[in-house]
Amino acid sequence: MEMRTVWTIAKRELNSFFDSLMAYVMLLLFLGFSGLFTWLIGSDIFMVGQASLRTFFSVAYWTLFFFIPALTMGMIAQENNTGTIELLLTKPVTDRQLVLGKFTASLLLVVISLAFTLPYVVTVASIGNLDQGAVFGGYLGLVLLSAVYISIGIYASSLTSNQIVAFLTALFIGIFFQIVFDMLATTLSGFFGELFHYLSLTTHFESMSRGVIDTKDLIYFASLIVLFLKLAEDSLAKRNL
Amino acid sequence: MDIKVENITKSYGPQKAVDGISFHVKTGEILGFLGPNGAGKTTTMKMLTNYLLPEEGNIFIGGKSLIEEADELKKHIGYLPENNPLYQEMPVIDYLQFCAEIQQIPGDSIPGRIREMVRVCGLNQEKHKKIGELSKGYRQRVGLAQAMIHDPEILILDEPTTGLDPNQIVEIRKLIRELGREKTVILSTHIMQEVEATCDRILIINKGEIVADGTADSLARQVQGQELLRVRIEDGDPNEIFKALQQLPTVEMVDFVERDHNRFEIQSKAGMNSNREVFRLATRKGWVITEMIPLETKLEDIFRELTMN
Repeated sequence: MEMRTVWTIAKRELNSFFDSLMAYVMLLLFLGFSGLFTWLIGSDIFMVGQASLRTFFSVAYWTLFFFIPALTMGMIAQENNTGTIELLLTKPVTDRQLVLGKFTASLLLVVISLAFTLPYVVTVASIGNLDQGAVFGGYLGLVLLSAVYISIGIYASSLTSNQIVAFLTALFIGIFFQIVFDMLATTLSGFFGELFHYLSLTTHFESMSRGVIDTKDLIYFASLIVLFLKLAEDSLAKRNL
Repeated sequence: MDIKVENITKSYGPQKAVDGISFHVKTGEILGFLGPNGAGKTTTMKMLTNYLLPEEGNIFIGGKSLIEEADELKKHIGYLPENNPLYQEMPVIDYLQFCAEIQQIPGDSIPGRIREMVRVCGLNQEKHKKIGELSKGYRQRVGLAQAMIHDPEILILDEPTTGLDPNQIVEIRKLIRELGREKTVILSTHIMQEVEATCDRILIINKGEIVADGTADSLARQVQGQELLRVRIEDGDPNEIFKALQQLPTVEMVDFVERDHNRFEIQSKAGMNSNREVFRLATRKGWVITEMIPLETKLEDIFRELTMN
C-alpha cells in the first residue's frame, strides 16, 4: 500500500486544523483543563504532596475522553456532508488509506498536545524524586488510549454526515470503555466480571500509568484500534447514500 | 483508453437507478450523456469512476476490469463530480498541490503541472484565494483543473458548464473539444446545444435505460425517418393547392400551417424527397413558391420524443 498517500491526506488534515484555529482552541482547552486540575484545583499535586504525575494522568485521561471526539467528529462526516468524499475516493485513494490518513493526522495532533505538557514533567522532576518508569508508562498509556478513542471517533464520523451526531456517537461508544465496563466488572463476578474487567480501558490504562508495560495491555489497545478502524473502513465502503 | 460498459445495474432500495446499461466509448471520442433529472446519468458516472460498485455487470477500461484493478485504473481517470465538491477552506494553489500529490505525480513535475492548469483554466488572478471565496464559475474551473491535473486519459465530467457565463461556456467547450482529440471524454448535461457543440456521439438515458445511441444526425433520422418541408405557395386557392399536393406521388401527408398565408407542411414518404415534385407542380399550375424550408428534427424534439411518457 502506498503510504505516501496516507501522509498526503494526513498533511492536508493537519494544515486545515492549524488554518482554521480549531487546533489552537483545542490545544488551549486541553492544556488549560489539564493544567488547572493538575496544579490548582481539587486534589492537585500540592494536596497529594508527592512528586508524581498520577494526578495529571487521571486528569488527562478524562480531558482526552471529551477532547478527542470533538477532534474527530468532522473527519469523515464533513466530507460526507460537502461531497468531497467522492472527490477523494475517485482519486487513487483506497478507503483504507483515507481512514489511516485521518487517523494519523488526529494522533499527531494529540501527540503534539501531549508534548506541550512535558514542562509539567520537568517541573515535577525538579521538586522531588520522579518515577521515570511511571512517567513513560503514563504517557504511553495516554497515547494508546487516545489512539483507541480516535479510531472510535473516526468510525462514528464515518456513519453520518452530521458532526454533532458523530461527536455524540463517539462519546456514547467511548463511555462503555471509559466507565461502564469498569462498573459492570465490579458488580458482576465470575466469568462476566473477568470479561468486563478485561474490556475496561481504565484497567489497562491504570496498570500502564503505574509503569507496568504488559504485552496483554498492548494487545488490548492494538485490537481496539484495529477493530474500529476496520469498522470505519467497512462503513465507508457502504457509501451511505 | 477505451471504456466498455457491460450490462451494469445499480439500485437504491427497491428503485433501479441504472438498469442494465451497456455501451462502448472509443479512445478520442466525446460522448454526451443526456437524460432528464433522475434518469441515472450521475449514478452511471459514479460507477465509471469506481465510487459506486455496480450490482451486476462490469466496466472495462483499456481492456481491464475496473472492479478488479480499480487502484491502477483510477490513476487514468479525471472526474468532475456533480455539484463540484471542493475543500472550501483551502487556497486554490494548495488544493491543486494536494490533488497533484494524491495523483502521485512525481514531485519535480508538480509545479509545472499546476502552472499549466492555472493557465488552461484561467485561474491566475484567483490562485491565492480560498476556494470558498470564489464565484461559482471560478469554482467550476478549479473543479476542471483538479480533474485534469494528472493529464488523465479518461475524463468524466458531470455537468461541466453549470454556473459558467456564456464566454466561459464557449471556452470550456473548446477546451473539451481539444482534449477530446486524444482523450476519451464522457460528459453529462441537459443542455442540448452543449451536446451538439461538443459531442461526437450522444447517449440518451431515461429511467435507468439507454433509449438512444448515435450522432445527432443519426438520432434525428432514427426518430424522424421522413423528410418534412414547409412551403408557401401563392397565387392559388388554398384548398386546390392542398389537394394537388396530396396527390403528388412522393407525399405522405399535407398539413395546413396557416391557411390565410397558404403555408403547408409536407411530409414525404420514407426515403423520398418532395421538393422537385412540388416545384414542378407549381410551374405546371402557374403558382409561385415563396418559401420552401426543409424542417430538421431538433435534438430537443428527439429528447422529448424519447423521454416523455
